[in-house]
Amino acid sequence: MYKATSQLPGVFYRRPAPDQEPFVEEGSVVQDGQTLGLVEVMKTFNEVRAERPGRVSRILLAEGEEVEPGQELFEVEDG
Amino acid sequence: MRVLVANRGEIAVRVVRACHAAGFAAVAVHSDADADATWVRMADDSRHIGKSPAPKSYLDGSALLSAAQDSGCDLVHPGYGFLSESAEFARSVEQAGLGFVGPPASAIALMGDKASARRAAREADVPVVPGSGPVADVAEAREAAAEIGYPLLVKASSGGGGRGIRPVRDDDELAEVLPAAQAEARNAFGDGTTYLEKALERTRHVEVQVLADSAGRAIHLFERDCSVQRRRQKLLEEAPAPDLPERTREIVCAASVRLAEHVGYRGAGTVEFLVDPAGDPHFIEMNTRVQVEHPITEMITGVDLVAEQLRVATGQPLSLAQQDVALRGAAVELRINAEDPDNAFAPSPGDVTTFDLPGGPGVRVDTGLVRGARISPFYDSLIAKLVCWGADRAQAFARARQALDEFTVEGLASTVALQRQLTANAQLLRGPVHTRWLEQELG
Repeated sequence: MYKATSQLPGVFYRRPAPDQEPFVEEGSVVQDGQTLGLVEVMKTFNEVRAERPGRVSRILLAEGEEVEPGQELFEVEDG
Repeated sequence: MRVLVANRGEIAVRVVRACHAAGFAAVAVHSDADADATWVRMADDSRHIGKSPAPKSYLDGSALLSAAQDSGCDLVHPGYGFLSESAEFARSVEQAGLGFVGPPASAIALMGDKASARRAAREADVPVVPGSGPVADVAEAREAAAEIGYPLLVKASSGGGGRGIRPVRDDDELAEVLPAAQAEARNAFGDGTTYLEKALERTRHVEVQVLADSAGRAIHLFERDCSVQRRRQKLLEEAPAPDLPERTREIVCAASVRLAEHVGYRGAGTVEFLVDPAGDPHFIEMNTRVQVEHPITEMITGVDLVAEQLRVATGQPLSLAQQDVALRGAAVELRINAEDPDNAFAPSPGDVTTFDLPGGPGVRVDTGLVRGARISPFYDSLIAKLVCWGADRAQAFARARQALDEFTVEGLASTVALQRQLTANAQLLRGPVHTRWLEQELG
């Protein structure tokens, strides 16, 4: 199991655009490098990606919330 | 009079200053992250409007309106960015019986939609970039493309600030790009309307400052050149536009006044043109708010644009007529952003440990920062604007180089060093550059 984090502070988004589906849900199976969410830093969007293949077991922050540097955003079970 | 300053950063400081100069009280607003900010301390009163992410504070129209009503404000100044070009916000302010420091909501809506803005420009006999009306599908787009000629840009009607634009070189690319552009526009702007525009090459970005009184009479305050851009974000701006043919200057200034009067404009606005290598201007859009780079116009005309905005919003006439506007000397603005030019301009939030500002004749710094402040990740990266005036362009740039040598920012990456290179760049100093020049220069 590992936790996907953001090294940069900013704002957390789970979807590519407000009216689109989230990148992943709890239970989603993800590939190595797959986009899990976005962190907006000064109007630029940084992708949070899966480090290894696995299954998203928990999403640790709600859409639109503040992200601290190093904050854990997704818990992923190795698959 | 009491004015809600519905913005943050350097423009909030600028508006608080203008309020005090006019003898008005200023009420600041702030998010969690900005509780100790300069503009909050400078204002006469302040209101907390929400959490740090902008959608929960500076983009929350109802929170701003409540703050205005709760603090007994008569006027709302939206600054730039955030809700400054939201017709819906302007309308809600008007409907609450308060004054919006800007044009009527109808003019914001008309100019905010690119297709209706182009139509209004053509009606006012303003030269526009050759282009189509809205195109529904690939067949319709190809027909329009045959008339205009490639290369073309596919543009989103509701886009702006460089967003929602895709270049295409031929029919095949058009067929590929159009559906994607329509889907993207629907997602990003809630409106999938797209149109085609001729892609002009090696153009300069020239924009005209206008002011209109509450009776709809407009004047211009000459032009600015904002061709030094990276990914359509302006980095260095000049007024007047260097070596602009007098014929071009006359056309853009007169056309801008015609457009402002045609759309029932009020207050300060900017009409943007692309000027092609032959010197022919083509209208691109109108920004219905005070512009980031407004200080260079203030430096060459001696007119306080924010003071004029407040005069118009309180029903007073402009303090000057067209014949009173004289152009004197030259000015340049350098944007100091918390970005790392050595690392693809990555944003660089952090704590400002050193913030030594320059001074001297003709030097002005607009900033909302002080030493020890935290640059938060929630807002844009502009931390200061260095504005230098000289009796001529050479002196303005010489003063800018000297001022940049005095400018020290530590604790985070900034564009200071890049601006030192730019203001010493032989090609830029020789004369006008086009809008892709900086990207080519950066390689």
